[in-house]
Amino acid sequence: MTDDIRLNRVRRFLETLNQARELGLTVEAAGDGVLTMCLPYSDRIIGNPDTGVIHGGAITTLMDTTSGSVIICALEDFELCPTLDLRVDYMRPAEPHKPVFARAETYKITRNIIFTRCEAYQEGGETIANCVGTFMRIGKEATPKGYRDLITGGEE
Amino acid sequence: MTDPEILRHTRESGDFSRLLESVPYARFIGLECDRFGDDLIFRLPKKEENLGNPILPAIHGGVIGGFMEMSAAIYLMMSQDSMSMPRIVDFSLDYLRAGLNRETFAECRLTRQGNRVANVMITAWQKSRSQPIATARAHFLLED
Repeated sequence: MTDDIRLNRVRRFLETLNQARELGLTVEAAGDGVLTMCLPYSDRIIGNPDTGVIHGGAITTLMDTTSGSVIICALEDFELCPTLDLRVDYMRPAEPHKPVFARAETYKITRNIIFTRCEAYQEGGETIANCVGTFMRIGKEATPKGYRDLITGGEE
Repeated sequence: MTDPEILRHTRESGDFSRLLESVPYARFIGLECDRFGDDLIFRLPKKEENLGNPILPAIHGGVIGGFMEMSAAIYLMMSQDSMSMPRIVDFSLDYLRAGLNRETFAECRLTRQGNRVANVMITAWQKSRSQPIATARAHFLLED
């Protein structure tokens, strides 16, 4: 699978997630088992009105989405894998008025479970948060064919 | 963060609307809170914009996380007479069932409060409290 195919699959997947659209998440780069997404700054997701710092929940959603979607970049066939757990460590508040990026990788794939790591950072490279996640493989047949075709877009 | 007058009003009246109105992310996901005696029940009404998986359809896991995270912060602020939102250090979240497109509830428990750090347990459910959709624990840094 080429990186362009990965990128397009993730973009089509993202397009189906209401909350990802609400937040304006975009896909920046995709590779074999790696994926970078971007969360633009918005007044609507501020958690601390005094400082303008965005709420951790928006960063959790960014990292959950990136970690869940990097699986698309790691497997040949599209499978929807529910999140089993997420652990997020917050290093520092995100600087206001700047986007937050998240880069995720799958670091272990087994028959039943996929293990992911994800780092959220801003321009300049300072880490905002780290996240590890586990996702369950319920098999591609568990996802309706119509939806799988929508994601793969009949490209192959 | 918070306007002391709004906090005082919230503590005295048990009406969280002004407090939640002042936090954009709470409005963004639609978080609400009701007080019953000393207990707080947090509520996330059904909302199309909060969905992730469109097939079930299910609430985005990140929104469930954000809902529980913010619930824990408000709970902690209320339980310790603090004037500011505590800062989150880490958050560990187990998804137990799909959060379907319906109203979700959460309650919190202070597991341990030290001088500088507090540990909070959060449980979220939909139809029945005995069937949680997610459990989480969070550490918060208390203000000096």
